[in-house]
Amino acid sequence: MPRVIDTGEVIGVIAGLCKKACYELSDDFVHALKDAHEKEESPYGRDTLALLIENAAYAKAEQIACCHDTGTAVVIMEIGQEVCWRGIPLGEAVDAGVRKGYDEGYLRKSMVRDPLDRVNTGDNTPCVFHPEIVAGDKVRVTVMPKGGGSENMGAFTTLVPAQGEEGVKDFVMKTVSEAGGKTCPPVIVGVGVGGTMDKCAWLSKKALLRPVGKHSPVPHYARMEDELLARINSLGIGPLGMGGRMTALAVHIEYFPCHITALPVAVNLQCHASRFASTEI
Amino acid sequence: MDKIIKLHTPLTKADMGNLNIGDVLELTGTVYTARDAAHKRMQSAMEAGLAQPVDFRDQFIFYAGPCPTKPGRTMGSIAPTTSMRMDSFVEMTFKLGMLGMIGKGDRSGFVPGLCKQYGGVYLLSIGGASAMISNQVKTCEVVAYEDLGTESVKRLGVENLRLIVGIDTKGRVFQDEQIRLYRR
Repeated sequence: MPRVIDTGEVIGVIAGLCKKACYELSDDFVHALKDAHEKEESPYGRDTLALLIENAAYAKAEQIACCHDTGTAVVIMEIGQEVCWRGIPLGEAVDAGVRKGYDEGYLRKSMVRDPLDRVNTGDNTPCVFHPEIVAGDKVRVTVMPKGGGSENMGAFTTLVPAQGEEGVKDFVMKTVSEAGGKTCPPVIVGVGVGGTMDKCAWLSKKALLRPVGKHSPVPHYARMEDELLARINSLGIGPLGMGGRMTALAVHIEYFPCHITALPVAVNLQCHASRFASTEI
Repeated sequence: MDKIIKLHTPLTKADMGNLNIGDVLELTGTVYTARDAAHKRMQSAMEAGLAQPVDFRDQFIFYAGPCPTKPGRTMGSIAPTTSMRMDSFVEMTFKLGMLGMIGKGDRSGFVPGLCKQYGGVYLLSIGGASAMISNQVKTCEVVAYEDLGTESVKRLGVENLRLIVGIDTKGRVFQDEQIRLYRR
């Protein structure tokens, strides 16, 4: 028997997740900021990290946005294949949830209706919705408000297979280096390797959802994550680009099989306001 | 870093000349927000020979678009946006008499030269420290382009807004010098 869920049920769930994500940085992320504060050598960098740690605690206590750029709402729904929906179309319900959350939560509305005419939609919709079908009869909902400053500095390329691991690492280093302080470091560096252009970009974003510093289960990717983190933190960019050691908190690599001709690489950067919240319906 | 320079608006170009990269400031007084969309309109007004929505002479432009204000609070979360997107408007705003810009991140290579030429500065605020910085804003009034929502031009009354001098009137760049110190 399928489990029937009314799509109206997701509206309140998503509204709540939008607010929670924007108000409360996760404990593991705040811990990573505190660890960075211990390690930072630059006095300006230490001051900046101390302020960010204080900012996170204050935003959570006051239930206000920790960062004013409450982003594009990226909504990920892992839908058990035994779930059957009724009610308004699911996509409409998801946008209704985002609209409600951004309105009630006093969150910034940052979406324009057309990239060229640039009229603000006024309610932060539409969101970017990624439904995925998984086993079971549950629905796992994740809201990831993605700020513009770091998203703007992401990059994609297709290397030739002969360029291999070195080519991937060079592209990651080039992307992070060129981003400098514009991404609000310390960042998390999400890397997608393989798939097609669209799949690769999505892998690089999904990589950001891992707990901070959790390695790839694949040994050679885990080794690359460590090596890249050490190299990035030798660039000197530092917190907010004002010089220092702590340019990145972690590098997360996700991979997918790919075509014999291709070696796609995408880099998605996450600023120090790494926000996401999840729940299960 | 031990010394904090307290500044109160109104200020002049002469005051800007006294600032050096890395100086930590606490600014009290008036600043105006303007970001991408507002700058575009200001440029169109200038090209059409129309009046600007506010007189930017001897003023600071804060590249910021705040959150709405929650009831019971004075100001919504606010912090600088990435300054580089406004680089092509820097000369225009200096021509309008602007004293300096408040933002985050590095600028294009031509911006230090403009700071030197016009005797203005680029001041760094801390991107994403938006909940804390909202406490340094005591008043907020939309003064132009209200239809732009968060991107409208707002007059802010700030108290001890903490800033670091990023580019001074000698055209020196704080981040470049600092990054060199920590690069391995």
